[in-house]
Amino acid sequence: MRVYTTARTAFKALGRNPMRAMLTTLGIVIGVGAVIAMMEIGAGSSASLKKTIASMGANVLVIRPGTASSGGISFGVGTSTTLTPEDNQAILRECPSIHNAAPIVRARTQVVYGNRNWVPNTMYGTTPAFLDVQDWSILAEGEPFSDRDVLNGNRVCLLGQTLVRELFEGASPVGKEIRIKNISFRVIGVLTPKGANMMGQDQDDVILAPWTTIKYRVTGSSLSTTNQSASTAATTTDTVNTLSNLYPAAQLSLYPERSSVQQADNPMPVRFANIESIMAAANNAGEISPAIEQMTALLRERHHLRVDEPDDFSIRDMAELTKTLSTTTTLMTNLLLTVAMISLVVGGVGIMNIMLVSVTERTREIGLRMAVGARGRDILQQFLVEAVVLCLTGGAMGIVLGHGGSLLVQLLLKWPVETSPAAIAAAVLVSAGVGIIFGFYPAWKASRFDPIEALRFE
Amino acid sequence: MELIELRDIEKTYQMGDISVPVLKGISLSIRQGELIALTGSSGSGKSTLMNILGCLDRPTAGEYWLDGQETSKLTTDERALLRNRKLGFVFQSFNLLSRTSAIENVAMPLSYAAENLSDREARGRAAEMLGRVGLADRLDHFPSQLSGGQQQRVAIARALINRPPVLFADEPTGNLDSRTSEEVLQMFERLNSEEGITIIMVTHDPKVAGHAKRVIRLDDGLIQGNVPIPEPGTETPGGTS
Repeated sequence: MRVYTTARTAFKALGRNPMRAMLTTLGIVIGVGAVIAMMEIGAGSSASLKKTIASMGANVLVIRPGTASSGGISFGVGTSTTLTPEDNQAILRECPSIHNAAPIVRARTQVVYGNRNWVPNTMYGTTPAFLDVQDWSILAEGEPFSDRDVLNGNRVCLLGQTLVRELFEGASPVGKEIRIKNISFRVIGVLTPKGANMMGQDQDDVILAPWTTIKYRVTGSSLSTTNQSASTAATTTDTVNTLSNLYPAAQLSLYPERSSVQQADNPMPVRFANIESIMAAANNAGEISPAIEQMTALLRERHHLRVDEPDDFSIRDMAELTKTLSTTTTLMTNLLLTVAMISLVVGGVGIMNIMLVSVTERTREIGLRMAVGARGRDILQQFLVEAVVLCLTGGAMGIVLGHGGSLLVQLLLKWPVETSPAAIAAAVLVSAGVGIIFGFYPAWKASRFDPIEALRFE
Repeated sequence: MELIELRDIEKTYQMGDISVPVLKGISLSIRQGELIALTGSSGSGKSTLMNILGCLDRPTAGEYWLDGQETSKLTTDERALLRNRKLGFVFQSFNLLSRTSAIENVAMPLSYAAENLSDREARGRAAEMLGRVGLADRLDHFPSQLSGGQQQRVAIARALINRPPVLFADEPTGNLDSRTSEEVLQMFERLNSEEGITIIMVTHDPKVAGHAKRVIRLDDGLIQGNVPIPEPGTETPGGTS
């Protein structure tokens, strides 16, 4: 009852000078409107930014086998042969935080079509899941290879845009045969362009094929990948790099190269079903650490590791990307908040200004109210409520204005916009807070008037 | 019992280092139902005495008993409550809230009253008060739509809304012409005789003072004359010299 009466008195007092009340609230209207519009547009941009960064692979985890070592010499990550396609299947089956996973084997060799040749930067043997993990499922042309192609080791491949340009000069490669190490592959699809990754590496310079085909037909043996530096250096110098005399291969070969006769005499064990890495995608950025825990537990169990034994694999996330993602979002939010706060403070100062003028102008009214029995705190309450009412009204108008503005932006500029109830709640609270903070001084001043002086005021 | 009892009231204003005595020991008693005019030349201290009587100001020394309560030591908030319940004020310049209807002006003191009247009750009481001052048909008029006399009658209704025993009027006719002055003064006399409200008017106009039953003359902070004026047909208030 009391609050209601005070609120009504405040409304009436404001109603006596509606033009001034309107102009006063304008500061708050614009402030809150800006907050709401910025929050909504910002939230929309932030969401689409998150999506973009996620498509760069922020949710992707890479599992690589640990180091192989011999006589105290370790060969670095990825040299042991403990990771298997079955591990990949198990991860898919048993880790709930993993959205999809694909095994990867790599090769680096020459690709030939007609009289043109090229050494793609990346030649991955994988499964169709790779496209999903990399958010690359939509092809520019043709269709992806299937799980059956993987099972059969079919000689099919997908080409990146760079290869299409280099080998086919932009013509459609679908259905054409290319040769990789003298094995012919049928091109069944073309990947969409992706551009360079964060390291500046061309992601379109890629060939994807079933991992069985790459492993068993192209690389031929697992040991060549286990210690590939010498052999690949040798192959590439032989076949491509005519400048090898000027720039000899960095690594000296300690052992004499084996002739083909020697290789035939001591064949390498070929059908090792190990893979070089697994690429797994977590459901979202938040589930990256649970995914890592689940996979660590699973792989330790599958590899029969005792409690005190170190992991024979390593899992890495795209920490840099994830960090970029979160910094971008916080930066954006903070920027918007700063702008919003400044405009709200300006609005608040405007309110204080007008309330001070109003208090002076209504000195006699205050004196009269005191004479008929208003206590200091009644006066304080009245002016405080007036300021809060001004601010809340301004806040409400600001919400409508801001929301309308962001909808307009969405409609006209096609920017992504997300309605944020939190921003609206915050705007209401902040505008009430501004009213209390900036309305307090004038109200306090009014409550301290001497009724005799106030009544005599001209 | 006396309604108002002043004992050796002194008021001294401090102007920097100089202290200016305005009231120099005033003793006075006023009974329920008196109609008093407080006169004196300008600077005689009548406004100061009025402020103290109206509990707007505190005396520097002395005792002020209002309706059996010593008021000179009350806090600001207690005095506000006292003003609300026991005192009514009518001012020279009416002091109505502009752009606020007559009925809301009259109901305004109720919002500070301890008894919480509902909106409807408050309006009903305000309308009744306006009826008593003869403005029953002007409830929703704004002050700017009323004549000076009507505005002063709205102010009287406002002063009486909490049914106070005492009504203070500070130069109530100062802004009115002689005809409306007469109306307002007659209303005071009627309220005094019919409803027994004690009325204390501050004035320097002998014609206004002529309506009072007792004239208290102040000169240089002291009471110089305290004259009951006998009127035919009304009971003479008891002498309090």
